[in-house]
Amino acid sequence: MRIKLKVNGKTVEAEVAPRISLADFLRDTLRLTGTHLGCEHGVCGACTVIVDGAAVRACLMLAVQAHGEQIVTVEGLSNDDALSPLQACFRKHHALQCGFCTPGMITTAHALLTEEPDADADRVREVLSGNICRCTGYIPIIEAVLEARAHYADQDAPP
Amino acid sequence: MKFPDFDYACPKSLDEALGLLRLHGDDAVLLAGGQSLMPLLAFRLAAPGLLVDLKDVPGLGDIGIDGGGVRLGAFVRWCEIDRNAGLAAAHPLLVEAIGHVAHYQIRNRGTVGGSLAYGDPAAEMPGIAVTCDGEIIVMGESGERRVAAADFFLGALTTCLRPGEIITGLHLPPWPAGRRWAFEEFARRRGDFALAGTALYYDLDSQGRATDAHIGVIGAADRPMRLAQAERMINGSTVNADAIAAAAEAASREVDPMEDFHAPTAYRRALVETLVARALTRAAG
Repeated sequence: MRIKLKVNGKTVEAEVAPRISLADFLRDTLRLTGTHLGCEHGVCGACTVIVDGAAVRACLMLAVQAHGEQIVTVEGLSNDDALSPLQACFRKHHALQCGFCTPGMITTAHALLTEEPDADADRVREVLSGNICRCTGYIPIIEAVLEARAHYADQDAPP
Repeated sequence: MKFPDFDYACPKSLDEALGLLRLHGDDAVLLAGGQSLMPLLAFRLAAPGLLVDLKDVPGLGDIGIDGGGVRLGAFVRWCEIDRNAGLAAAHPLLVEAIGHVAHYQIRNRGTVGGSLAYGDPAAEMPGIAVTCDGEIIVMGESGERRVAAADFFLGALTTCLRPGEIITGLHLPPWPAGRRWAFEEFARRRGDFALAGTALYYDLDSQGRATDAHIGVIGAADRPMRLAQAERMINGSTVNADAIAAAAEAASREVDPMEDFHAPTAYRRALVETLVARALTRAAG
């Protein structure tokens, strides 16, 4: 099937089989391998991307369902060679170790803080409960997201 | 964990969707949010020949609130129930229960109709439909029919939906002011399916006694169910500590919990007693 969508601001047109997940389409067809695939059945959160402003599990969505949508992946949240404010907070708080879950943490936190820059610690914990991390014990991730709130409150949807 | 091969159709009207179901029979499966269907496909527990995506079918995403109650379109997503300004007053029990559904990313996709059609015994939406005398609105070849939620769920992951039918919405009766209510569930991790849960409400008569008690449980049988004996313990009482203890005890005897990897039968029975007592205490407080 022919699909047309926007990925990180760029219009993409491609021929895709219906069975291909959005995650596989992003990774294999567009070579945007920042979106990681862990469980491939909607449990781990590593593949989270932003669809029309909402954080979504890209392993539970078909590429054909994304026709006409605006997708933002973790690549779309980087700031060229410099760290985005959210990434800088992750670094400062040691909120990653192996890095496998990090793209999903970043996209989820970005969607949350864009919508709710005043999210409190309970809300951040609740939202990130859908993302599994086996390295950090989560506390540094919560601290990083809480510190990043200031950057989202100050301006419209950074970076 | 890759999906099996299938075709995909995205009809623009309910009639077109019904036509596709008629043409393809059992080989076609409806796709709404996909948050239950996609894992089933990934595990190859389902391998349909055609997915019929309802995303472009108009009119399925509306939330209606009026004197006749609340109507949720089948394509209403969990995050839209959170955001709707009117629902917290129009049906507080619904809003609180749906707050427990799944994780953030899944709440942005999962739908009312999808959850009803899937029929997980521990899911909140079927539990609310059964507890609150909901009616499931179904469109088929021969027109619309409305099925009482109590008759809709036949067993685990099994509903009375006939081949070729599409759930278009859920109707919940009006919620009177002053109604006492609570929702409680227990899950190992927030957002996971509950090991057990309860939704309940009752009204108060002029003497402060409970009437019309509805006590429903999820995760405690092969489908969501109401507990008639526990309700009898509450009706006519002032919902004091004794009545609460008696109702909770009756509830634990009345349920028929399954034993599985997560918990033995006795554990779930005890959990139902604790949760019903906790919910009644909150409702009475």
